[in-house]
Amino acid sequence: MTRALRITGVAVLAVLLWQALVTFTGLPRFILPGPLLVAETLWTSRALIAEHALVTSAEVLAGLGIGAVLGFGSAILLAASPLARTVLRPMLVFSQAVPVFALAPILTLWLGYGLWSKIAMALLIIYFPVTSAFFDALMRTPGDWLGLARVMGAGPSRVMWRIRVPAALPGFASGLRLAAVYAPIGAIIGEWVGASKGLGYLMLLANGRAKIDLMFAALIVLAVLTLALHAAVDAGCRRLLAARES
Amino acid sequence: MTPPALHLSGIARIGGMRIFGPLTLEAPAGRWTCLLGPSGVGKSTALRLLAGLGDEVAFEGGAQAADGLPLTDRVALMAQSDLLMPWLDVLGNVTLGARLRGQRADEARAREVLARVGLTEHAEKKPHALSGGQRQRAALARTLMEDRPVVLLDEPFSALDARTRARMQDLAAELLEGRTVLHVTHDAAEAARLGHRILLMTDAGLQDVTPPEAAPPRPYDAPETLSFQGRLLRLLMETQ
Repeated sequence: MTRALRITGVAVLAVLLWQALVTFTGLPRFILPGPLLVAETLWTSRALIAEHALVTSAEVLAGLGIGAVLGFGSAILLAASPLARTVLRPMLVFSQAVPVFALAPILTLWLGYGLWSKIAMALLIIYFPVTSAFFDALMRTPGDWLGLARVMGAGPSRVMWRIRVPAALPGFASGLRLAAVYAPIGAIIGEWVGASKGLGYLMLLANGRAKIDLMFAALIVLAVLTLALHAAVDAGCRRLLAARES
Repeated sequence: MTPPALHLSGIARIGGMRIFGPLTLEAPAGRWTCLLGPSGVGKSTALRLLAGLGDEVAFEGGAQAADGLPLTDRVALMAQSDLLMPWLDVLGNVTLGARLRGQRADEARAREVLARVGLTEHAEKKPHALSGGQRQRAALARTLMEDRPVVLLDEPFSALDARTRARMQDLAAELLEGRTVLHVTHDAAEAARLGHRILLMTDAGLQDVTPPEAAPPRPYDAPETLSFQGRLLRLLMETQ
């Protein structure tokens, strides 16, 4: 409750500062619209914004889901197989040297202007953080637990599923929390490069028509969606880990 | 399975540095052998070699059962840290070995074993809800559940308070009777209570010290136990 109050307080303060900035600098509304105008636009264009927000949400959720599954699998493969580590890890690290943003035009070329190029962007941007957070956790299984399992006569795959994976779930959860914040970035960049739907597309469109109030409204919706996604993923992870431990 | 005697002899090095040896260590079949010594003398390394775990150790020599058969599948291990999996309840931890081998966990037997260590009421609790003594009892139950003829103990009671420790010593002595036990400890009082055979391990090598006549677990306050404990401590202080 106090936390909710604090967050509301900070939000109110931010809006007041924003209004003060508009009032005292006298910036024209096509450069920096005031919060009231943006709120008004948010309300009048709610159907339009909601339609595009739905598309972006679908892209983000699909990218997050597929990326989480792929990251989970890759981390286990890397942790289980020294061969995979030797071959794939340098490739993974090298792939991180390529800015994902630079890939957006190529993805659009390959996958078209529809949902899939954006899903692929979101997926690419979260794949590495999820994989590496989970992989690191898998490699940090306490040696004594592994020794105990060996004395008990366990095979490597059962050690993986019954000890290493459950022990590493907190690492996977922290990867997912990061992914929840990164995935929308990927989807928006994908939309900027080429799209006919989505909040990123709407922002570009509004910008081009000097509807800065609409651009801000879309931006605020995007921020709220990202925060909500992060909170949902965080709550989900907490519950999962709590159910595991209590 | 009749418990075999244990035999270890050789030199152990880690990264070129000598950890112990050359020495020869014998643990008689079906008896409780205490390996007593100061920290860093290589006691745990010897135990790990017998458990088949010393990957990091360059070992010239042999660590095996005296009957010549491999020790694999005949050893259970209990360490200072209870090594309970925090996401499994006590029952799950006690039956972990079976599930790790892909066998069906015998829940009825697990509950029997839990009853013997006095944890019946805690079977469904997760480790974090248990006290230090209860956690070690759960670890003992897991060790018993494995039902191996050889039990290797690596300072399993050293993190417990004095009262809990004495109780755990009694319980372990009772429940592990008849198995070949090799118990690594740095506590002279513990060795004086529990060992059929006591091997003092120092940098100079191994020394066999004859314990009092009484069968273990010896009363912690009996004059013979106390004077023997004093003697062990004296030997520990004098040998370097």
